Amino acid sequence: MNILVCISNVPDTTTRIKFTADNSAVDYTGVQWIINPWDELALTRAIELKEAGKVDKITVVSVGNAAIEATLRKALAAGADEAIRVDARAADSYATASHLATAIKQLDADLILCGIESSDYNGSSVGGMLAEILDMPSVSSVSSLEIEGESVKIAREIEGGRQQVETSLPAVLVVQKGIAINPRIPSMRGIMTARTKPLKVVADAPADTRTSISTYEFPPQKSSCKMIDAENPEQLVDLLHNEARVV
Amino acid sequence: MSVLIYAEHRDQKFNKAVYELVSLGYRLANELNTQAIAFTSGDIADDELKSLGRFGCKTILHTSANVYDDEKQLAETISAAALENNAKVVLMPHSFRGRAVAPRIAVRLKASLAQSINGYPASVQPMVVNKRAFSGKALVKENLDGDISVITLTPNTFGLHENAVGAVVQALPDNAGAPATRVLQQEVQKGKILLSEADIVVSGGRGMRSADNWQPLEELADILGAATACSRPVSDEGWRPHHEHVGQTGKVVSPSLYFALGISGAIQHLAGISGSKVIVAVNKDPEAPIFTVADYGIVGDLQSVLPRLNEAFRKHKSGN
Ligand SMILES: Cc1cc2nc3c(=O)[nH]c(=O)nc-3n(C[C@H](O)[C@H](O)[C@H](O)COP(=O)(O)OP(=O)(O)OC[C@H]3O[C@@H](n4cnc5c(N)ncnc54)[C@H](O)[C@@H]3O)c2cc1C
Ligand SMILES: Nc1ncnc2c1ncn2[C@@H]1O[C@H](COP(=O)(O)O)[C@@H](O)[C@H]1O
Repeated sequence: MNILVCISNVPDTTTRIKFTADNSAVDYTGVQWIINPWDELALTRAIELKEAGKVDKITVVSVGNAAIEATLRKALAAGADEAIRVDARAADSYATASHLATAIKQLDADLILCGIESSDYNGSSVGGMLAEILDMPSVSSVSSLEIEGESVKIAREIEGGRQQVETSLPAVLVVQKGIAINPRIPSMRGIMTARTKPLKVVADAPADTRTSISTYEFPPQKSSCKMIDAENPEQLVDLLHNEARVV
Repeated sequence: MSVLIYAEHRDQKFNKAVYELVSLGYRLANELNTQAIAFTSGDIADDELKSLGRFGCKTILHTSANVYDDEKQLAETISAAALENNAKVVLMPHSFRGRAVAPRIAVRLKASLAQSINGYPASVQPMVVNKRAFSGKALVKENLDGDISVITLTPNTFGLHENAVGAVVQALPDNAGAPATRVLQQEVQKGKILLSEADIVVSGGRGMRSADNWQPLEELADILGAATACSRPVSDEGWRPHHEHVGQTGKVVSPSLYFALGISGAIQHLAGISGSKVIVAVNKDPEAPIFTVADYGIVGDLQSVLPRLNEAFRKHKSGN
């Protein structure tokens, strides 16, 4: 069983976001980059399954310029066997999915894992698009993945509950919370061996895009919080009813 | 031309998010000088289908095919309906299923996709939508450059707008093939207000102190007809179920009213609640960061504040 994990390189989640002067782009100076948290959990689950002898090989793949190689090395250090960088611009979700598809068609993956969203553009798009381009089944909001022989047991969250499902392979799984609990942190030994693991670069022609960013802005500042005396909860009820009109 | 709305149902009922979607679809269709058409699949009564007419939808396409557990099949079915009706916009709820199949539909239709837009588009021709980015730290205006747009709507960002018309149900053939994905087992909690559908959310953090202290919080939720939620450490500790976890790594909610009880207001928690219209915070620490995003705040110990709040809301609800 071969698992492929799609990795999105994103700013550390505690980063303060700044925009360029005309608000048309994000100013990335000084930003620390990390593996997108859901992709990190997907990778962690893949590593756990490999350690349990259920998976033969883990490949990580990411679309972007040479700067994302540091993030791919982290994935190798955590336990992936091989990394692939598609040397192209992740210009929008559709372009990213197209580039991933080009690379994945050359590989022999049984399960392709994507995160439910990348924490920068919150697109929630690439996994489903990739599945459609590759003409594979997809299962989304996956919160548990077990492998028993040739059979893959998947649990997904649905509105107000959970489903156990099975699907034919190869398939794309879009994973979320629960797939793994604590992200795997690279060990010293992992970091050393990562240097000798293959990181391949594949080229791809520019892909079509279907969306573009017009402008960024900050959410409106909240006006200051109205404080209410703990002895007087009736005042809160009154304000919520008559002022905010939400109860 | 048309605006096609995927009217998802659960237990053969439409929820508020679907009516909200139809409200938005109707307004969009008017602006585009065309009609809003709803599409739904699976077992559901005609009367329930026709209830979409209350929000301006005249035509309801219905196939009895049970295609909704297979994302590929569902995407194929909705895309076929979109092509058949020359849809310019396909509207989907931002539910687990809606967000899963929308990207597949966008690829099939060669359309632009925007997941989880906030309210009515900033512009319809050309299509420009408002969305969150960087987990709520930024808002973005995004151009949907394709000829067709596939859009999912964040609940509670457009509202319900009644516009009663008589609706006609049109039956479509069931020509679904065999699914690739099959459901082996399903557990659904009954009789609870779902976090994703709730107008009011009552959420507890580590300040609730232990799993045994949740009774008054549940009581508040009961009084207000609210859903319950929690911060991440609370679900990690096992005090509350995982599906209640709100925040960057959990659920993103956008209720009218969010109660943050004993929640400090870490940036990862705020990522899940920044779409809330009104935030009420109760915390014993006046310096807690949650007060910088809250609209109303009470500084105090929950052990004493919560029972009093319950009392006050109960009185209000009973009209005294
Ligand atoms: C990558 C990453 C992702 C994360 N994702 C999430 C996420 O999705 N959601 C999330 O919630 N967190 C997330 N976190 C964790 C987050 O950083 C905070 O640790 C967490 O939100 C804190 O939870 P809390 O507010 O319940 O607890 P605390 O920060 O411990 O706050 C408890 C609050 O309760 C108050 N309090 C204590 N006792 C009482 C009392 N008797 N009466 C009234 N008030 C009282 C305290 O003053 C304090 O403000 C994430 C962290 C990381 C690193
Ligand atoms: N540039 C990229 N390279 C590889 N995978 C990506 C990239 N961008 C997004 N993904 C994958 O798609 C998922 C969803 O991303 P998005 O649709 O951007 O929210 C991520 O969690 C990744 O698994």
